[in-house]
Amino acid sequence: MTVLDIALNIGVAAVTVAVVLCAWRLLRGPEMTDRLLALDTLYMNAVALIVLLGIRWNTALLFEAALLVAMLGFASTVALARYLSRGDVVE
Amino acid sequence: MHPLIEWTVAALIVIAAFFLLVGAIGLARLPDFFMRLHAPTKASTLGVGGVLIASMLMAFSQGRPGIAELLITLFVFVTAPVSANLMAQAALHLRLASRAPVPEDAVPERRPG
Repeated sequence: MTVLDIALNIGVAAVTVAVVLCAWRLLRGPEMTDRLLALDTLYMNAVALIVLLGIRWNTALLFEAALLVAMLGFASTVALARYLSRGDVVE
Repeated sequence: MHPLIEWTVAALIVIAAFFLLVGAIGLARLPDFFMRLHAPTKASTLGVGGVLIASMLMAFSQGRPGIAELLITLFVFVTAPVSANLMAQAALHLRLASRAPVPEDAVPERRPG
């Protein structure tokens, strides 16, 4: 087991713990904006996890998936924030 | 792979994992929404950026141009402040309470509550 494998194990474990904490905030969150923030952080963690798996499996195929997840996360966060602040997504 | 590149990539991954974990712990533990907004929007950006820089180094060491990684990094760094600003606007519109202490020299009319 090389240094890179150990670092990848540490990284995947840390991202997993972060996903669990975000899911806890997503389920509990007292306000709607807390759930929205937890969803945005979950998208960030998903991008990090996909890139880590791309390093581990040594493939360039997963980076387009990571880019798509990042774009969908930004679009959904913007739409939900606009809905919460204006009551309407597209004016 | 050259051992120097391997150690650098490993160190970047561990640092990025630390920052992602700090952002999630701050999201779970801090007391009110505006403090919770602070933790993941900074730390997670740095964490995703570290992982992507590590991936870019790996791609360069194997002779691939890391264009997709560079695109993801630019996209995340541009959009994270925008989405944080929109979430803060939504929270202000919903009039969420802040638990931050009022500064000493605040004008009394502006004091909340």
